Amino acid sequence: MRYQIMTAALAVALPFAGPAAATDLEVTHWWTSGGEAAAVGEFAKAFDATGNHWVDGAIAGSGGTARPIMISRITGGDPMGATQFNHGRQAEELVQAGLMRDLTELATRDKWAEIVQPKSLLDGCTLDGKIYCVPVNIHSWQWLWLSNAAFEKAGVPVPKNWNEYVAAAPALEKAGIIPMALGGQPWQSSGAFDVLLTAVGGTDAFLKVYRDKDAEFAAGPEVAKVFKAADDARRMAKNTNVQDWNQATNLVISGKAGGQIMGDWAQGEFQVAGQTAGKDYTCLPGLGLNEVIATGGDAFYFPLLQDAEKSKAQEALAETLLDPKTQVAFNLKKGSLPVRGDIDLKAANDCMKKGLDILAKGSVMPWTDQLLSQDTQKQKEDLFSEFFAKPDMTVEEAQKRFADIVASAD
Amino acid sequence: MSKSERPNQLFRNLNAKVASIPMVLTALVIFVGGSAWTVLYSFTNSKLLPRLNFVGLDQYYRLWSTPRWLVSIENLLVYGVLSLVFSLVIGFILAALLDQKIRFEDTFRTIFLYPFALSFIVTGLVWQWLLNPEFGIQGVVRGLGWESFSFDPLYNSDIVIYGILIAALWQGTGLIMCLMLAGLRGIDEDIWKAARVDGIPTLKTYLFIIIPMMRPVFITALVIIAAGIVKVYDLVVAQTSGGPGIASEVPAKYVYDYMFFAQNLGQGFAASTMMLLSVVVVIVPWAYLEFGGKKRG
Repeated sequence: MRYQIMTAALAVALPFAGPAAATDLEVTHWWTSGGEAAAVGEFAKAFDATGNHWVDGAIAGSGGTARPIMISRITGGDPMGATQFNHGRQAEELVQAGLMRDLTELATRDKWAEIVQPKSLLDGCTLDGKIYCVPVNIHSWQWLWLSNAAFEKAGVPVPKNWNEYVAAAPALEKAGIIPMALGGQPWQSSGAFDVLLTAVGGTDAFLKVYRDKDAEFAAGPEVAKVFKAADDARRMAKNTNVQDWNQATNLVISGKAGGQIMGDWAQGEFQVAGQTAGKDYTCLPGLGLNEVIATGGDAFYFPLLQDAEKSKAQEALAETLLDPKTQVAFNLKKGSLPVRGDIDLKAANDCMKKGLDILAKGSVMPWTDQLLSQDTQKQKEDLFSEFFAKPDMTVEEAQKRFADIVASAD
Repeated sequence: MSKSERPNQLFRNLNAKVASIPMVLTALVIFVGGSAWTVLYSFTNSKLLPRLNFVGLDQYYRLWSTPRWLVSIENLLVYGVLSLVFSLVIGFILAALLDQKIRFEDTFRTIFLYPFALSFIVTGLVWQWLLNPEFGIQGVVRGLGWESFSFDPLYNSDIVIYGILIAALWQGTGLIMCLMLAGLRGIDEDIWKAARVDGIPTLKTYLFIIIPMMRPVFITALVIIAAGIVKVYDLVVAQTSGGPGIASEVPAKYVYDYMFFAQNLGQGFAASTMMLLSVVVVIVPWAYLEFGGKKRG
């Protein structure tokens, strides 16, 4: 992390070193895995083509590590030109404090309301009727990635949904394969539970718990079913000794693990490894039980700057991000879905096409980033990282504590 | 003392007093002021940005009903007591052994002190590898033929804190050893000669004569170790990031996580106030005994 702060500091210092022909704009983000870095390169290329210069401020170690650094730079009076956040409530207070730039004018001029699909994406960027961010992709958590080679080795057919997968776990184990890969970082176990809640409990159950914050329902029998599934997942994942999500994905890619519950950003890793969807790996949206796409994703926010030159460059960047060509190039590499409904993704692979179909059908739902505060998310992460790491923690105890968190959620 | 001399007391060593004003101001504004500000805001419901919206003791109620905080406190106690005891014991034994006029003393001293030159982050990463079941100690021993050998503290919730303790001791005992060695060297040769004349065994000489004479050194070592215990953070982050689950969380990490990850300053301030309180509870009686006692004597 220290190294990252150094690079961030260097990136700030650089604009003063070079000749000031093009406007340098520092962009911070946490896209550092192979597939992610390739995707963000597309943004940089497109932005440089506008005559400005993209100064890359990548912060390694996932959003959890990156966001505090970004926020402390903005609140500390050293804002970058633009920064990634997951749209929703992560930057809510920064916007309320007037630290972020209001993009409404630009949005009206470029008719964002018409081109951004589905509409709920722009809602995540809107506060009191004003638009503060540019959504760049749709990422949904609800995917199960399965290694075809692993199931072949275990001698069972590749499962078509979560229940079949659980049933196949003993066969996988017998063949010396970890049934399910789950990295040790807290956000992964918390996210995996949310996916189970959507898939096993259903969209309504998800909304009742996280949108309506119905603690009684969270303590009830329907959610108990979800905790039962989480208990299965815990047993299947107990031998994963890795931390990062992409290391866990790599276990699936190399056939050492049967599968992984992970968002569609895992797709980029399969692509970098040269694997083909359908042949080498299988993807099941909504764990094969409830095919929906959550409209979470990444967005760029623009801190309010005094420098007129840089403010102009911010506008150029905002336009570049939504440009149809950039959208295609970026999302193909990233494995995420584009935010525009009017572009053609011919090159999309099987899994992305599944996602686009679901999107076209309109089976979309909001995700936790939009519904819960960071505070509640963190408590949830603490609970589930403990639950998944501690085999002797009972399902009942976990559900009781979950209901308590929902009761005090904001 | 006559009355006319009194004003002189205030202006005596005037240069020195003027020169220390910046430090006095730093101490007052940054340390005392900052602490007071933190305590004040711990009674508010500040989220990402500090706001003066008082909610009484809510943050403290929540803090003490959070399982993660309780685990953190328990870990700090285990880690604190053990690291205090082992640092002092191992440090003293190493120093006593080095003090036997052995050959290559400089070399040994350098070897023992070297880990201290590494930051906690590097120490943590080194021990993360050493304790990794596939590549580290367990892997090597199994490779030698003991197939059932099992040593993976970092992946076992029940003993993970000891895995961190090992790394901390490896890094920190060298310094304690050097302090102790300096203390031992400060003991007059004649004391040893006198003890030998009286026929006191070496072990007893150490326990009943030398160690009591080294009290100031022990107190210095104690303060250095204790300060390291309360602020332990980077070692945990580098070795386990608090895992598996929340089994190796420590209070300082709770403070950081809730202030910056969870965007809940109020909760983080409440936790840091509790940390400050625990330090005060330990330091104040000790300082009173140590410094208050001297004035009387």
